Amino acid sequence: MADLSANGAITGSNVAVTPLSTTDGRSLKTALAAAQSRAKRRALLLVLPLLLFILISFVLPIGQMLLRSVHNDAFSANMPVLSAWFDENPGKAPDEAAYSALVSDLRQARADKTAGLIGTRVNYDLAGSRSMFTAAARKAPELEPPYRDAVLAINADWGNPALWQAMRSASTPYTANFYLAALDMTRDPQGNIVRVEESRRIYVSHFVKTFVFSGVITAICLILAYPVAHMLATLPLGKSNLLMILVLLPFWTSLLVRTTSWMVLLQEQGVVNNALVATGTVDPANRLSMMYNQTGTVIAMVHILLPFMILPLYAVMRPIKPHYVRAARSLGASSWTAFRQVYLPQTLPGIGAGALLVFILAVGYYITPALVGGASGQMISNFIAYHMQSSLNWSMAAALAAILLAAVLLLYWLYDRLVGIDNIKLG
Amino acid sequence: MKKFLALSCAFSTFAFAAQADITVVSWGGAYEKSQVEAYNKPFMAQTGTKITMTSADNPAGPIKSMVESGNVTIDVADLEYTDALRLCDEGLLEPIDPASLPPAPDGTPATEDFLEGAVTECAIASMVFSNVYGFDTTKFSDQKPSTIADFFDLEKFPGKRGMRKTAKANLEMALMADGVAPGDVYATLETPEGLDRAFAMLDKIKGQTVWWEAGAQPPQLLADGEVAMTTAYNGRLFSAVVTEGKPFEVVWDGQVYEYELFGIPKGAPNKDEALEYIKFATGTQRLADQTKWISYGPARKSSLPLVGLFEDGKTEMAPNMPTAEANMKRSLRTSVDFWVDRDVEISERFNTWLTN
Repeated sequence: MADLSANGAITGSNVAVTPLSTTDGRSLKTALAAAQSRAKRRALLLVLPLLLFILISFVLPIGQMLLRSVHNDAFSANMPVLSAWFDENPGKAPDEAAYSALVSDLRQARADKTAGLIGTRVNYDLAGSRSMFTAAARKAPELEPPYRDAVLAINADWGNPALWQAMRSASTPYTANFYLAALDMTRDPQGNIVRVEESRRIYVSHFVKTFVFSGVITAICLILAYPVAHMLATLPLGKSNLLMILVLLPFWTSLLVRTTSWMVLLQEQGVVNNALVATGTVDPANRLSMMYNQTGTVIAMVHILLPFMILPLYAVMRPIKPHYVRAARSLGASSWTAFRQVYLPQTLPGIGAGALLVFILAVGYYITPALVGGASGQMISNFIAYHMQSSLNWSMAAALAAILLAAVLLLYWLYDRLVGIDNIKLG
Repeated sequence: MKKFLALSCAFSTFAFAAQADITVVSWGGAYEKSQVEAYNKPFMAQTGTKITMTSADNPAGPIKSMVESGNVTIDVADLEYTDALRLCDEGLLEPIDPASLPPAPDGTPATEDFLEGAVTECAIASMVFSNVYGFDTTKFSDQKPSTIADFFDLEKFPGKRGMRKTAKANLEMALMADGVAPGDVYATLETPEGLDRAFAMLDKIKGQTVWWEAGAQPPQLLADGEVAMTTAYNGRLFSAVVTEGKPFEVVWDGQVYEYELFGIPKGAPNKDEALEYIKFATGTQRLADQTKWISYGPARKSSLPLVGLFEDGKTEMAPNMPTAEANMKRSLRTSVDFWVDRDVEISERFNTWLTN
């Protein structure tokens, strides 16, 4: 409509209004749109490989992994009869029909060899129940009615309301229990959400610790990197390139080599302690503990992440002309004011980029804390690794990872609001 | 790294074409050497199948991600009992038919020849290892530690301690040190009070403890002087003493022993060869031969009489086995059921305890 009235305006009211058209009589507008969409499709074809690559190698596996944090059908898929009973009898205490359903499912589980799988699922919510399932499944074929008495005769714990509560919550494949557990919470036998006992509260404190550590590491990196980047940026190119190699050399060295070098340097019988004892600065009986604790984690991670701060800072500082600061000085600004009001604002995009890079890398760091962190220097990623590799509770690992991801995205959003994501310059 | 493996499942199409060579993952150090000498070399000579041996802090670690991503690169894994059971429960290991195992030389079928519990649905035990503690004799001149209680007694025996960074074995040792009879340890640990009691014992030495993770670490910690005494796998300490001449001594009192098993991950690229390897390695003679290189007890009864001298040709191996009578006076076999049930709960508590 818009172009029609435009045409009318141009051609005047006494001339018949005809839309512009191509030589083969099609409207120019449709022809143009068709040509443009063809070009767009062709452009899409160009980025398609990358898009597919990201989808298959990144979005799908991560999505599938995160799905596990709310979805676990080990119980519901292998205990269909009992799950159906739970569906039909919400909130009801187990009766003979429930025990009969339990026994029939356990018999099937015995035949399919899935009793361990079922027990493991319930064990996530109620520790100590896995072996009850495997033991009961072994005996299930010989059980005779009344099943309630027969099952309770195997192990009186089968009458435990907490166990039935755990089975009920496992009978639906979708559950929020893993998120509760990842936040140090659980459900009591009445189904209310409560915090776990104090001796088992571990995840929340480690989430906090992870973010505090990452913040501290980012701050130290910034303080160390700023003068270095400034020097590199102001030196003549020949010299600064030479010095740049010193920054890049560790960057190119294997992570494990750098981490183990720190172990050699900082352990109690290590180079630094030996030197301090030899010079008499430290008493041989009280050697400094700088390794296998938080100190070790922070030192090693600062060293490893430092180049990620220096490089963006350098890239931003290099093109800043020295004239601005000189002009400020000549107009009477003190050196501090000139730095604060003239130089620093120009380097903000680099600080933003470096800080974000270092912080996000630090949040997910796993190898270095595992090697040098000892007991007190562990981060949340080490617990994700524990659930991936040792406890095999991938749902729990996924829940922890999802919370970590959400927290990082939240921080990123805050950062965007406060600093502005356009204010970032990587080089 | 392992997460990366799981996530890169989409790339499994790029996996290299399977070769008939098998990959065995074990624990490194002196233990791995004993397997190379006793199993791998004769197996390669006999069958021509090449064996690649790699090591991990715990070979059970990568199996689940490998199986789920369909990119299994391990043929045989050397597993702890609880891990083997848990992996088997989750359907991550190939079942192994016990009837296919070779009988003892006198014709006794394998199922009777193996020690009780050594043959499971998915994994076959090769040997018995033990968690013991050892100390540096140069650090204790007049009085030497001799009981498990001494390990937890900082007043009588000052000095740093080393312990594995897991709850398993440590809690059992703590209770035995506190005077609980080995037979009552697991019944005690199942009660909240018993668990508190074990942690209270660990509290006594917590401030002086260095935590280790890989089996090769504790002898190194002792040798470096980082600790005065440490828990360790008995074979590692034995190797350090006999082959490297270190001044260490093993205390058998309060030992916690368990089986070590071979399993095949589900979908292993060379399953048949892997099974052949396990049958070969858990044969009577091979198990007996292994004791020539490390002091772990064979899992077959028929291997015991064949146990001879260490590779140095002079050290009698029988008294250095966890299963030797003198070493078994106060000892405990790890309860697999207890740990598979409670591992996560107790590990959470253990980790909380560690960081506070």
